Amino acid sequence: MIELQHVSKAFGRTKAIDDLSLTVRQGEFIVLIGSSGCGKSTTLKMMNRLVEHDSGHILFEGQEIRSFKPQDIRRRMGYVIQSVGLFPHWTVERNIATVPELLQWPGPRIRDRVTELLQLLDLDPALFRGRYPHQLSGGQQQRVGVARALAGDPEVLLMDEPFGALDALTRVALQRELARIHSASGKTIVLVTHDIDEALRLATRVVLLDHGRLVQSGTPLQLLAHPANEFVTDFVGRSEIGIKLLGLQTVASRVRRNEPCEGAPVAETLTLREALSEFVTRQVERLAVVDGDGHALGCLHLCDLVKLRE
Amino acid sequence: MTDTVRPPDVLGTLVRDPLVWALTALVLLTFGMDSLRPLFAAAFPALERPVFAQDSFPALMLAHIVLVAVSSGISIVAGVAAGVFVTRPSGAEFRSVVESVVAIGQTFPPVAVLAVAVPLIGFGEIPALIALALYGLLPVVQQTIAGLEAVPHAAREVAKGLGMDAIQVLNRVDLPLALPVIIAGVRTSVIINIGTATIASTIGAKTLGTPIIVGLSGFNTAYILQGALLVGLLAIVTDLAFGRLERHVDRWRFVS
Repeated sequence: MIELQHVSKAFGRTKAIDDLSLTVRQGEFIVLIGSSGCGKSTTLKMMNRLVEHDSGHILFEGQEIRSFKPQDIRRRMGYVIQSVGLFPHWTVERNIATVPELLQWPGPRIRDRVTELLQLLDLDPALFRGRYPHQLSGGQQQRVGVARALAGDPEVLLMDEPFGALDALTRVALQRELARIHSASGKTIVLVTHDIDEALRLATRVVLLDHGRLVQSGTPLQLLAHPANEFVTDFVGRSEIGIKLLGLQTVASRVRRNEPCEGAPVAETLTLREALSEFVTRQVERLAVVDGDGHALGCLHLCDLVKLRE
Repeated sequence: MTDTVRPPDVLGTLVRDPLVWALTALVLLTFGMDSLRPLFAAAFPALERPVFAQDSFPALMLAHIVLVAVSSGISIVAGVAAGVFVTRPSGAEFRSVVESVVAIGQTFPPVAVLAVAVPLIGFGEIPALIALALYGLLPVVQQTIAGLEAVPHAAREVAKGLGMDAIQVLNRVDLPLALPVIIAGVRTSVIINIGTATIASTIGAKTLGTPIIVGLSGFNTAYILQGALLVGLLAIVTDLAFGRLERHVDRWRFVS
């Protein structure tokens, strides 16, 4: 879908991106991660030509992106930034309609699309359609920001630290929404963050950058289980790797099916990390597991948590 | 508490509105200055002709308004264009030049601007028009720049990132958000020009300043009073109207 081939970019004397090659495939949720100044935002902005690369090639759908008009390519990629950037003089409806208006969709179609997106992002259309950005909370503003980015039904969604300015609770809620939207729509998403937990939670593939170079690219599990070097180990949090590994898998993957078990049950969709916490707080070594409908499923043993499966 | 919705009290609103009062006074004085003759005669018994009569007040008022409207129109178009130009990447290097030229223009006293215009262009309406247009430029340019600079950076970045071209960013995001500030500049500019246009009658333009100038040279205090009263009222009405306009373009800010 998007392909970077030996791309470099310098700002003055400083090299921001150094010979970076990266392929974003259809339907992937790529998280670009690294510490400040590693070039992750620059990489994202080169994809929609807000920043022009110096050398190498960037392809979109197999075509050199410089062969497109910048406006055309941007309308095919949603864009979300940390400070949201809602247009303060426009209502929520008009904000969301930005790209459809640029694409000159007919009025009724725009209206329907706005309604659909407000519902998708859990905002009551009747209540929020006519509000102005200053009447919304930070979390609601970013919901509108995401809706606006999705409005033109873009092929790719580019997100630059979209949840960085939100409080922890709102952030997790929005991450959940985004994961749901990704799995429901199959849209390709490229998200930039410096929060490793956000990356592990959302990504189908994590791309770790340092000083404009690619350090490691792989699934969250690969990154945690087989860090390429010391830098990766440090970045993912040396002392917590085991705990984070547990966070990637659910109880369903370790449950001993049909084994009778006593005590208050936990859901199979719980992560193993949360399950571990249950073991510790309840002071037990076995937990009963139920499925979504509350039917007993089996038993989870504390000793099964230590076996790593990929 | 009752939930009855009272019909809007149109008459009451009008009566309490200072703009309505000022406008009424302006119209009445413009068309009815002659009927105040006994009053002026009583106040200034020494004067043979207590009411200015070389030109009718409605004609002077019209000439004054046209002069201000045309000169301010030029100031606004040129000022906004200059402000927009120097805040674009392509015009950024001209910014300091434009700002200092406009500021220097403003440091000249208006009489001096008019005096310089006469030997260059001659007497009459045209030099007055040019002098006023130049003089009204500074507030418009300054406020246009200030307004555009105050547009949130994030909004501009997203506008670009979502696929607006430069003109769309300007028309849909930059200008609407800067508009209240620009209008404040236009308000200052127009009010300055209403006052300065009075002096323009010294170089032969027919304005509400004519009775004032004639009165000054002929020791006729009544003429001075009549001209000053009308110019003052015109400035007040214009100022109130601009205040109304500023609030109107900014109304989304006050939705709660």
